[in-house]
Amino acid sequence: MKSPTAVEGTATLGGIPLEPYYSEDASRKTPPPPGDYPYTRGIHPAMYRQRLWTMRQFSGFATPEETNQRYHYLLAKGQTGLSVAFDLPTLMGVDSDHATAEGEVGKCGVAISSLEDMETLFRGIPLADVTVSMTINSPAPILFAMYLAVAEKQGADWKQLSGTLQNDILKEYIAQKEYLYPPRPSMRLVTDVIEFCTHQVPKFNPVSISGYHIREAGSTAVQELAFTLRDGMEYVDWALERGLDIDAFAPRLSFFFNSHNDFFEEIAKFRAARRMWAETMRHRYGAQDERSWKMRFHTQTAGCSLTWQQPYNNVMRTAIQALAGVIGGTQSLHTNSLDEAYALPSEHAVTLALRTQQVIAHESGVADVPDPFGGSYYVEQLTNQVEEAANDYIRRIDAMGGMIPAIEQNFPQREIAEASFAFQKEVERGREVIVGVNRFTSDAEERIQLLQINEASGEKQRAKLARLRKERDNGKVAQCLNALKRAAAGRENTMPLLVDAVKSAVTVGEICQAFQDVYGPWRETTVL
Amino acid sequence: MPSPLRVLVAKPGLDGHDRGAKIIARALRDAGMEVIYTGLRQTPEMVVNAALQEDVQVIGLSILSGAHNAIVPRVMELLREKDMTDVLVIVGGIIPDEDAAVLKEKHGVAAVFQPGAPLDEIVEFIRTTAGQPA
Repeated sequence: MKSPTAVEGTATLGGIPLEPYYSEDASRKTPPPPGDYPYTRGIHPAMYRQRLWTMRQFSGFATPEETNQRYHYLLAKGQTGLSVAFDLPTLMGVDSDHATAEGEVGKCGVAISSLEDMETLFRGIPLADVTVSMTINSPAPILFAMYLAVAEKQGADWKQLSGTLQNDILKEYIAQKEYLYPPRPSMRLVTDVIEFCTHQVPKFNPVSISGYHIREAGSTAVQELAFTLRDGMEYVDWALERGLDIDAFAPRLSFFFNSHNDFFEEIAKFRAARRMWAETMRHRYGAQDERSWKMRFHTQTAGCSLTWQQPYNNVMRTAIQALAGVIGGTQSLHTNSLDEAYALPSEHAVTLALRTQQVIAHESGVADVPDPFGGSYYVEQLTNQVEEAANDYIRRIDAMGGMIPAIEQNFPQREIAEASFAFQKEVERGREVIVGVNRFTSDAEERIQLLQINEASGEKQRAKLARLRKERDNGKVAQCLNALKRAAAGRENTMPLLVDAVKSAVTVGEICQAFQDVYGPWRETTVL
Repeated sequence: MPSPLRVLVAKPGLDGHDRGAKIIARALRDAGMEVIYTGLRQTPEMVVNAALQEDVQVIGLSILSGAHNAIVPRVMELLREKDMTDVLVIVGGIIPDEDAAVLKEKHGVAAVFQPGAPLDEIVEFIRTTAGQPA
């Protein structure tokens, strides 16, 4: 039998060829210290010595009541921020009582259809003190309006609220496919939120430009980096077109990356990402404020790397990926739970995942010194290679006229599908090893205790909505929806109207339908 | 020469995770089958109508959202109503063992492929099971 290492180890997971070993590259110098432009080595001089990353476990399931309990539990266990996972009907802009929501309510996240649901979700959680991230895209402006209304009711000042709205529609067309309207009107709604936040909610990140889902859809590290950064430039272009000053909004743009299995390739990706964004903001856009140059990002370990077979192996995968995120200088981190190839995580599994971060933070010493691999022959050269390959993609997309034409031509979709299929072929051939799946397999079954989603969630949500639709002022609802349609067809910023609408108990599904009446749906041409 | 097997690969439900469905569609095509991919967010009615119109022998449903217990029985029921019980139905995705057993034994699904199932195994299953002359 041939030694497995004969084929393994000659390239990164993303296919960048590797030398047998690395030595000094005389043409390149080690980048400037952490905290110095272009921030290859980190955006702060002291990094985690000054402040640890935020441990933010993405969480949401069943009804708002049940998720609210989980939030209280996580905060009591030492988690330092919240991150809301919405269910598929909410993500797709339909209410829990819609026909297409059948069987999906509360399954992949928490069901939120009305302001009342949102109030329940954050009951007993002071929004003035906790940072909250919300993973929502097409309906993002609506859920954000609900969040603002809840905060106001709690007596919190919008100007003090901090957190992150994902609100990244471009990667939906590219990868995750939770879009409702065509790209251009969707971009207009994203820009409404950016503009509104700049003036009214200045500490909130109005968009989290996400590579995570691009990677989960099967891209390489380089593709994840390139498409995400190019998406970021598209948002900048639209905000500038709206008349905003670059330095008024750019410091609030945030990013979200995947941390996958190839330890050094991931670290190189994070380092390259910071450098590329700093240079883009400074030279492509002429930003003057150094806060505009600094890329802040959230990291999540790779869900797609988790295996159904031998699920306890997922703990090790997650720990290594988390380590890469921390060494890569992330501002916040989600570690996946060992059972997530099966279901949403159980309380036991999510605690273990959080403990993984706490061990890295407080026991390993990794957080003591920023960018510990800075100056490593290998990591510096890999950082350069990742950057060059990503810049090549960005130039190709620029030549197509930007990300929207590229999406319309299926360019990023096709590149990802090719990479995903090529990787799967390698797995099938046994050239990419997945422990417990295509090597070191075992017949002994490892049973784990899974979270059971209460099947009555749909029923409960439907009953609440039926009551809401009966008790609210339906004349006011119709007025709000008409005002929103007029704004959607015109140029007025939709955010203030959305806040009014949700306060009048207009639902997520009703608002999305109103926008769809104006904008129409989006149908992709599938690339195989 | 026998005509190639016709397979409908479908993504029912709200879930947009189509990485697996697209890989399967390509692998089946590479194995010489004629593959029709429905695209995202199909209702059970749309899936069954597409299967009828495209005259397929096999339907592959990809579901990762946990909604399989609502969606798959409905597809099977519609196939019975339309007298299409000769169409082989396979399901792929995040389907717990207990649910897989019910889908097979009670609802008549031919096979359930869980995460990590080798492509060769899926291709071979379709070939040997649907390839038999009626």
